[in-house]
Amino acid sequence: MTNLFILQLLNGAQLGVLLFLIAAGLTLVFGIMDVINLAHGVLYMIGAYLIATFAALTGSFWAGLLLMLPAALVVGLVIERLVIRPLYARSHLDQVLATFGLVMIVNEGVKMLWGTSPLSVPMPELLNGSIPLIGPLQYPVYRLAIIAAGLAVAAGLYVVVNHTRIGMLLRAGASNREMVSALGVDIGKLFSLVFALGALLACFAGAIVAPILSVDTGMGESVLILTFVVVVIGGIGSIRGAFLGALLVAVVDTLGRTFGPIVLRSVMEPAAAGQTGRMLAPMLVYILMAVILFARPQGLFGQRTS
Amino acid sequence: MSAFVQSATRRPVLMSARIWLALLIFAGFAALPLIAALTDDPFLMLIGTRILAYAIAAMALDLILGYGAMVSFGHAAYLGFGAYAVAILNSYGVTDLLVHILFAVLLSAVFAAITGAISLRTRGVYFIMITLAFGQMAYFFFVSLSAYGGDDGTPLQSRSTLFGRDALESDLVMFYVALALLIALFAVATRIVGSRFGRVLIGTRENPVRMEAIGLSPFRYQLTAFVISGCMTSVAGVILANQAEFVSPAFMSWHRSGELIVMVVLGGIGNLTGAIGGAVVALLLEDWLAMLTEHWRLLFGVFLILMVLYSPHGITGALERLKGARK
Repeated sequence: MTNLFILQLLNGAQLGVLLFLIAAGLTLVFGIMDVINLAHGVLYMIGAYLIATFAALTGSFWAGLLLMLPAALVVGLVIERLVIRPLYARSHLDQVLATFGLVMIVNEGVKMLWGTSPLSVPMPELLNGSIPLIGPLQYPVYRLAIIAAGLAVAAGLYVVVNHTRIGMLLRAGASNREMVSALGVDIGKLFSLVFALGALLACFAGAIVAPILSVDTGMGESVLILTFVVVVIGGIGSIRGAFLGALLVAVVDTLGRTFGPIVLRSVMEPAAAGQTGRMLAPMLVYILMAVILFARPQGLFGQRTS
Repeated sequence: MSAFVQSATRRPVLMSARIWLALLIFAGFAALPLIAALTDDPFLMLIGTRILAYAIAAMALDLILGYGAMVSFGHAAYLGFGAYAVAILNSYGVTDLLVHILFAVLLSAVFAAITGAISLRTRGVYFIMITLAFGQMAYFFFVSLSAYGGDDGTPLQSRSTLFGRDALESDLVMFYVALALLIALFAVATRIVGSRFGRVLIGTRENPVRMEAIGLSPFRYQLTAFVISGCMTSVAGVILANQAEFVSPAFMSWHRSGELIVMVVLGGIGNLTGAIGGAVVALLLEDWLAMLTEHWRLLFGVFLILMVLYSPHGITGALERLKGARK
């Protein structure tokens, strides 16, 4: 039981850092640019497809990853220039519609370019295999590497946001956009930077998860909604909120799916417990969101705006 | 204040013009079976019924999106409640259409009251994302509901019955029942928008602080509108389930919620007739693009982005601009 718990906790942490990588960009785009971007999940998918292609071309995961990063940056800048920039001054409704259109275009475009059958990315040789944890417990090295990479990026973001000039502008932009631009900061450039950074993080998440998932066109959809939940729970514009929110959501989701039925079994008969558990587990995250919002409508670390 | 007064005084003229336009659309629908008979195309009735159902849903969404400025991104959930109300009651041998509608409305009212009360504590982007999340919650509930087919859904044994008779088995009767429901709900929605309740709702859209200052609680009005809208949408779900004779969680995916918003905006928000027109145009455009290419979603996405960037007020906006240019 304890072993299962530790295993699921690690799985939760792995999902959590992935969600964080995606949510960090999303929360910045919401908080600083005041743009709701439904196409953010699509960027995660693009990252996975890009690494699948580059890894197949070069024959190496690492070379693929290196090539993916600049390509992701270009994708982010192009999308920002063509679709997002004209939407800055528009209502949230317009932003929802246009980025919904973008989701349709990219999903269909990916199908046309790469076909509908899922792709797979080979596991890098260096990180193959499992290591023993406690007793008979084994855990795949690659999954640990994902957790480590996610934490490293989180630490890097922390340093950038809290201890550099750009980070200062980001924080200032999240709390008062007009004032930042009135102080002579080129807000257009800052927006492009924020969006490209968000795109890069989402693509990176898609790329590092590619070896343990099958790469297909549905993968962006499933994370998008969870990322929204993370951003709402953490509070819009807060990277710290995104980090804690991501871990909370991921751990609750993974543990709920495994232990929900087990806990229920102590209060009802096994068959009914299994059935109820399976039905309740996917809803747990949303119930968590509802409870948190009921207590704090602005999220855990959000600022109350008017 | 001036904008509000202006729209209030301008409204009677505009309103009646819109109602005439709606009557024209209804007449067009009523004549559809004739066209189907002449062209010998029985599928036209099924396509027509589907369009009618979405017209109801789009109109219901416009009630809160257009008149209350509440961008609900989870409205497909109510389509699902309507559809599953039919499937669930059918499996227990209760087949009457009115009972199905009643059950669907009840289910939706409860869900809308709870999720609405939580969502309405927030504004703007938060509201959009929270309604989306609640929509997904309902979606996942039905995905894991293995008794009714889970992810794959389940076919209906038969359509709903009308006063104990299986009249709806005829696509023609089904079509006219759907049309009658659309007209009835249009009348209800028009009355709501024109009533004191509707005016308070519009006032809340324009300036919630001011409404509070004159002694009204925006929250109660918004929540009531949210519940009414959800209930209306579930009627569309009942029709859709009967039209397809099949029920699945696909009715409630977030893409469907997005499409409903597209329909409302396409018709011009805050315009019940426009929402109906928007549903007709959006679905016909989809079908037409799907005939051209299997990659129709790409074209539809491009169309959406262009519409948002170049014609923000939908068809009605474009028409009104044309009229303005002529003057």
